[in-house]
Amino acid sequence: MSVLAYGVVAWLFLIGIYGVVSSRNLIHLVVCLSVSQSATDILLLEIGYRAGGHAPVFVDLPAHPGPAVDAVMQALALTDVVIGAAVTGLLLALAVQVHKRAGTLDPDKLRATRD
Amino acid sequence: MSRSARLMFFAAAAAALAATLGVGLSGLPSFGSQISAYARMLNELAPAQRHVTDVVSAISFDYRGIDTLFEEFILLSAVTGISVLLRPLSDESRQLPEDKAPDRTIPPPSPAVWLLAVFLGSLLVLTGIETVTHGQLTPGGGFQGGVIVASAVYVAYLGTNYVTVERFQPGALLEATDGVGASGYVVIGLLGLLAGADFLSNVVGLGGTGNLISGGTIPLLNLVVGVEVAGGFAILASEFLDQTAVIRTRRR
Repeated sequence: MSVLAYGVVAWLFLIGIYGVVSSRNLIHLVVCLSVSQSATDILLLEIGYRAGGHAPVFVDLPAHPGPAVDAVMQALALTDVVIGAAVTGLLLALAVQVHKRAGTLDPDKLRATRD
Repeated sequence: MSRSARLMFFAAAAAALAATLGVGLSGLPSFGSQISAYARMLNELAPAQRHVTDVVSAISFDYRGIDTLFEEFILLSAVTGISVLLRPLSDESRQLPEDKAPDRTIPPPSPAVWLLAVFLGSLLVLTGIETVTHGQLTPGGGFQGGVIVASAVYVAYLGTNYVTVERFQPGALLEATDGVGASGYVVIGLLGLLAGADFLSNVVGLGGTGNLISGGTIPLLNLVVGVEVAGGFAILASEFLDQTAVIRTRRR
């Protein structure tokens, strides 16, 4: 079980980086970076998981269904998601301007300081 | 570097990274076996200490409130950065959107689309406000609820047209909400200092656990974060829509 759980993290991270390296479109590249970044979210949630655990929300329940999972990791995952959204937005804005200046979104066709 | 050379280089680097990741991840406690003592302690203490039922909110906005302050500032800087990047450049100007061009008539959206947009938009605003205000009780909070509220702008755009959406997003007001939301967090943090305690101390009355008004500063912080995130994401919507609809390269 551990192998599968943590294997997913490594796989997502590497496949995202592969997408970034091999990308032919800047928008695709930004999405690949998000895929790679989601690996960290999953890792955080997995570290905080406890078998049979319920969400760390203690609304009046007659009997709590077992232990609660780690709320700290969920709070960190929330931070991660927000930062991810901020980074994605900035990169997409850059992609918009690159397309206006260079007329292409293919990173291979971009040449620095042509004019 | 040619494409194939780059992929070869990546393959070698990825193999090394995969091996390192494997070693690192295999050193973690096995999946689902235990959580940290810190988390166990917070799960036990937070509901009684802070009168909240959602411990995640208590951690984000109280126990680790200063982290969230910086997180909020990162979001503010990103929104500022995007606004600067997407401003009309020296060879660009704002022109009438295409559906406002004098030589063009575009039929209004069908009543069904319009009705769906009104229904979905109001539902999104309502759900967003619910998510913001119940952050201390159930999963949710300022960040999540703010994004939901702001997404109503996108629904309005999909259901109507650019000109209608513009009425929903007066630039100055949006920028003000973004700034007020971000500085509101600091002001609430200063309440702690005024009360003679530490910055961001939970000094407001805690209320009864499980009530809407409970958790002291946690719902207040959720509220200001919600205002900031909703304003910020609405600014993003308008900046990106402006790029599509009204900002054109000036004809030479």
